[in-house]
Amino acid sequence: MATKASRSAARMMMAPAVILLLGWMLIPLVLTLFFSFKKFLPLRGDRWENGLEWVGFENYVRFVSSSAFWPSVITTLIIVGGVLVITVCLGILLAMLLDQPMWGQGIVRILVIAPFFVMPTVSALVWKNMFMDANNGLFSHLWRLFGAEPVSWLSEASLPSIILIVSWQWLPFATLILLTAIQSLDSEQLEAAEMDGASPLARFGHIVLPHLSRAVTIVILIQTIFLLSVFAEIFVTTGGAFGSRTLTYLIFQRVLESQNVGLGSAGGVYAIILANIVAIFLMRIVGKNLDT
Amino acid sequence: MGKIELKQVTKRFGDAEVIPPLDLTIHDGEFTVFVGPSGCGKSTLLRLIAGLEDITSGHIEIDGKDATTLVPAKRGLAMVFQSYALYPHMSVRKNIAFPLKMAKMDAAEIDRRVEGAASVLNLTAYLDRRPGQLSGGQRQRVAIGRAIVREPSAFLFDEPLSNLDAALRVGMRMEISELHKKLDTTMIYVTHDQVEAMTMADKIVVLQAGVIEQVGSPLELYRAPRNTFVAGFIGSPKMNLLTGPEADKHNAHTIGIRPEHIDVVQSDGVWQGTVGVAEHLGSDTFFHIHNTGLAETMTVRAIGDVSLRHGDTIHLSPRMDEFHRFDKAGLRIA
Amino acid sequence: MARATTTRRKIITTAAAWAIGFTIFFPILWTILTSFKTEAQAISDPPVFLFFDWTLENYAVVQERSNYMRFLWNSVIIAGGSTVLGVLIAVPAAWSMAFVPSRRTKDILLWMLSTKMLPAVGVLYPIYLICIELGLLDSRIALVVILMLINLPIIVWMLYTYFKEIPGEILEAARMDGASLKEEILYVLTPMAIPGIASTLLLNFILAWNEAFWTLNLTAAKAAPLTAFIASYSSPEGLFYAKLSAASTMAIAPILILGWFSQKQLVRGLTFGAVK
Repeated sequence: MATKASRSAARMMMAPAVILLLGWMLIPLVLTLFFSFKKFLPLRGDRWENGLEWVGFENYVRFVSSSAFWPSVITTLIIVGGVLVITVCLGILLAMLLDQPMWGQGIVRILVIAPFFVMPTVSALVWKNMFMDANNGLFSHLWRLFGAEPVSWLSEASLPSIILIVSWQWLPFATLILLTAIQSLDSEQLEAAEMDGASPLARFGHIVLPHLSRAVTIVILIQTIFLLSVFAEIFVTTGGAFGSRTLTYLIFQRVLESQNVGLGSAGGVYAIILANIVAIFLMRIVGKNLDT
Repeated sequence: MGKIELKQVTKRFGDAEVIPPLDLTIHDGEFTVFVGPSGCGKSTLLRLIAGLEDITSGHIEIDGKDATTLVPAKRGLAMVFQSYALYPHMSVRKNIAFPLKMAKMDAAEIDRRVEGAASVLNLTAYLDRRPGQLSGGQRQRVAIGRAIVREPSAFLFDEPLSNLDAALRVGMRMEISELHKKLDTTMIYVTHDQVEAMTMADKIVVLQAGVIEQVGSPLELYRAPRNTFVAGFIGSPKMNLLTGPEADKHNAHTIGIRPEHIDVVQSDGVWQGTVGVAEHLGSDTFFHIHNTGLAETMTVRAIGDVSLRHGDTIHLSPRMDEFHRFDKAGLRIA
Repeated sequence: MARATTTRRKIITTAAAWAIGFTIFFPILWTILTSFKTEAQAISDPPVFLFFDWTLENYAVVQERSNYMRFLWNSVIIAGGSTVLGVLIAVPAAWSMAFVPSRRTKDILLWMLSTKMLPAVGVLYPIYLICIELGLLDSRIALVVILMLINLPIIVWMLYTYFKEIPGEILEAARMDGASLKEEILYVLTPMAIPGIASTLLLNFILAWNEAFWTLNLTAAKAAPLTAFIASYSSPEGLFYAKLSAASTMAIAPILILGWFSQKQLVRGLTFGAVK
């Protein structure tokens, strides 16, 4: 179905979405780039209508040379990577378990999905106070029960704690996508493999896993999009302290807490570059996988 | 009224020329079948006439008016799709009424026409069902119903029977022919099945690679195929095509003889060979014959049940006046 | 053919699955339970599970302290408005991509998704400034528009995958039947895609409801939705577990209830239409 009329109609109908997204991408991007070359401290009376002082690459240099920069990049990657590994691995196991015949499958599925519906701020607060608090948290009760010294999780093991919280929120998503993918596996393929003498492990490795590869790609793509900008979980739990400051959070602090817009914007450009590196990498894989 | 004329119509998809310049006239009331192997451009041609694809150059006239740039809805044609393309969320009644509703016809008239179409097609009992609750044949009839209520100037059918099982196909074939007689409206019917073409058509258009190989009535095509392609395509089982010394005897590059024009004789046949597969249908027997020295395999039809088995020697006598002769380019020699 | 499984094996899988399901659900369950306890019971060691004096007092206190209904209403308007607006813009775009694909369709789709990778924090200040300039800081309109833009790529993508499942012949049939483009989309495509559209609406409503970067940074009092309502409990009130739990329950209950009633669409939607 491709007549000139329908093609021009298609362009017309795609236009609003494309123009809006183009604007949404370009306008702030240009402004961010602009600010990143300026000295812009609103609290000290800088106003953009009065013109801002051009400082060249000073903000960029200062941002990278700040002792907080590299740790924040690494923290970001650890959180994204950690959550991805945990959710994908547990997701596959859980999906395979849920695929087995059992009583009350529907209810179990709801229980497993539920965390996805919990607001990040709520889940962060609940985990922080009611589970990970060193005095009254449920974990500390549990530790004391076994005679161990309670740990103040978010200051002593901040990254694993945050990864745990975020993984808890995203595990349902990974499980559900993988479960759907497993259910779409043609059981005759597995039976054929069984007839060919493949052991359960070989069947998993040669048939189930390859079949899941597209679903895993999608899980990784979508989760990465959301995980790179994890914010509320850190905002609420540690406020960026104890080595849990991600790049996102560092920029947030520069821009809103210390009101250094120029410096924060330079950081924003770095974050955009980082995201693009990840994006190009991901888009390659997904682009290939999207056709099949 | 429904005269359709294609003048120097071409179609390209990117660099690929699917239809080279093509002229064709379909007269009012004619049942025209486009037939050809898959990928021959017959469906594309139908979609060009429907307006679902733009033509690259040339003109399409419907009833003498230029329709080249008209949108599908304005061409006054109705189409029955291969998958039936029924609206799954609407009842049969709403499906059939949809084109009338789009034409802003008043409700009473819509009801009258839908009831009329339903009774013609034996769908009255199913009017309030959804397409999903119908059998293949019933869905097919709904698709036809949706086409006839519009009273179009021509019907377009895109392989409408290919999703039905064999028994239903024969029945629907008759129903569509019956409908054509009753409505006396132009119909263009696309199929890859030459049996459908032979049984239904007033006029057959044989296509290959976007080129019209021959246009004519079923019997014209059967009796006088214009080239070896048409000779091989029309008729079942296929015509035997022979080259070499046997053809030289007839002063031709290729000669053709249909399986039904070769008689099986006791002895002293012109040709002889070994029986390969024998298909006993009761009324006829088809022999696939090897080792004739003429071609890899030859097919012969014998009337009734002839008890020759695999490996037996068979004697053949072709009817000399039924040979078709073709030149080096594959064209018929008169 | 599914094979008959032994009852013993089914018992074991059932037990394992329920145990894991319960563990994953536990933080939510614990929050809901705690919201009905007194503050003392909430922190008692060993913890009490079911046998405590159930009370609604926490809810009353939370409601009195901060006007829950106003936050709830803001959340509904922002999440609902942005999702509906997004779908209205995305349906035509997805129609184009699914039914009139060109060589660039895939690139456009991937580009749209890539805008989601644009780190929000990188453009926070410009957006902040634009909102101030337009007088839209702490307004629901600004958030509706921004959350719509954030979710638009996902909405387009989901609708695109759902639309692609619809055979093009049916739309062509509508065209032959004389339907205009508008009628084709309104009477044929949309009704056929209702399950997909419902899943898309639902999932994006939830994503918008839970969005906590822009809603926290661009609102103060007037337009603040439930994310902000709950963030105000971070400290020191967070140490009052029962009240924190009551507030949390109030913030997530609407979505949990919505999820309970529309499981099927949600499960479908949660896969973002990406896996069948």
